[in-house]
Amino acid sequence: MSDRVDPPMAMLAELTHRCPLACPYCSNPTELTGKERELSTEAWADVFRQAAALGVLQLHLSGGEPASRRDLVELVAAAREAGLYTNLITSGIGLTERRLKELDEAGLDHVQLSLQGVTAAMADRIGGYKGGFDRKMHVARVIADIGFPLTLNAVMHRANLDDLQATISMAQHLGARRIEIACVQFQGWALINRAQLQPSRAQVDVAKAAVAKAVEELRGALVIDFVPPDYYSDFPKACMNGWGSTGLNVSPDGTVLPCHAAETIPQLSFENVQDLPLSEIWYNSPAFNAYRGTDWLPELCQTCDRRDIDFGGCRCQAMAVLGNAAAPDPVCRKSEGRAVLDALLEQDVHEIAAPEYVYRR
Amino acid sequence: MMQREDVPFLPRGVRTCFDRVRETEVLLGPERVLMLDQVGVAVLGRLDGVACLSEISHALSQVYDAPLDVIEPDVMAFVQDLVEKGMVHVRPR
Ligand code: SF4
Repeated sequence: MSDRVDPPMAMLAELTHRCPLACPYCSNPTELTGKERELSTEAWADVFRQAAALGVLQLHLSGGEPASRRDLVELVAAAREAGLYTNLITSGIGLTERRLKELDEAGLDHVQLSLQGVTAAMADRIGGYKGGFDRKMHVARVIADIGFPLTLNAVMHRANLDDLQATISMAQHLGARRIEIACVQFQGWALINRAQLQPSRAQVDVAKAAVAKAVEELRGALVIDFVPPDYYSDFPKACMNGWGSTGLNVSPDGTVLPCHAAETIPQLSFENVQDLPLSEIWYNSPAFNAYRGTDWLPELCQTCDRRDIDFGGCRCQAMAVLGNAAAPDPVCRKSEGRAVLDALLEQDVHEIAAPEYVYRR
Repeated sequence: MMQREDVPFLPRGVRTCFDRVRETEVLLGPERVLMLDQVGVAVLGRLDGVACLSEISHALSQVYDAPLDVIEPDVMAFVQDLVEKGMVHVRPR
């Protein structure tokens, strides 16, 4: 481990795994945590206070669907009381006008609304929830009326990447300040549906050009963040901005993870906030220290000028594709693992008829 | 393009706060944390929703006893950058 460890800036609190939607690209683990094992209101409030004391500034309340927690308003109030900038990541399902007003009073800072598609037909097919799109549009209007700053979070894949322009227009139409256009990342449940979700190279090229144009045209009016599909990149992303460097995740039962998907790495074991203080886990747990910094990186990365840019990429992707969490991310063109990734990609885009989605239920 | 007469302000969902752990002022907004230096603190401290960019530059040039033609481009660039990040909004006077 190299030099000193900085305090974390952001925490993702996965309040629950329960969710009314059934998106085939869900990145939550294939084994979900049941309601009976979720942390209590008071336990979460304590985690928020510990996080703030540790140096966390931004809290993302996520799930599953965080609105499935009956105590969501109390949790937001507790987070604000702890001094955290509080962001709600939601599909909108389960948020009534009354509840949104209560969240406003509780001090919620920002709402990030997911978008499964720009038409009811597409959105409800992807979400596997009939009527979901209409409810989401209603929620978006209430959000605008209250005045919450809004980010639209559009997950893009083969079936909807061609609707990119309409997706950006929808963000403007709904009064969003920001849009996150994230191409599906293959983690958790999404891996099961990789072949159906993988866009084609032609789709990706068109999308990239469209995004570049929109960024210019809408500068100052709409912030556009684009996450391109990994498999079509030459070099990996700086996953989590470096393992154990900036952020941490707390899962519904209080397990503390260096990233959302870290539990897919079988040789790591993770601590729980019910057993240990958060700061102890952040600074000293073997799981957080396993891939921290760059000292652990293989020779290929040690001698590469991108070492301090991408830190070798995503550990969970190396695990999922290569079965070795300590290998360079297989997205990297310089790595041996790239051949494996290319073979998967080849298979994905040449499936004669992509099989049906396997919904997350 | 932003004008000198435009009035900058922090929109809802963007706020400054003192980070006790890092002992520095920060600007918090949707998916963003910006650590502020002395200049940043001085400029943002003057965003009261009334003063225009030109007035803010004038005030700072007096406080720091620095020529306006040095201060103003810095203020404009700083605010423009935050506008593009969605952290500051401007309205015409
Ligand atoms: S060799 Fe390692 S550091 Fe260099 S680009 Fe590939 S993954 Fe990143």
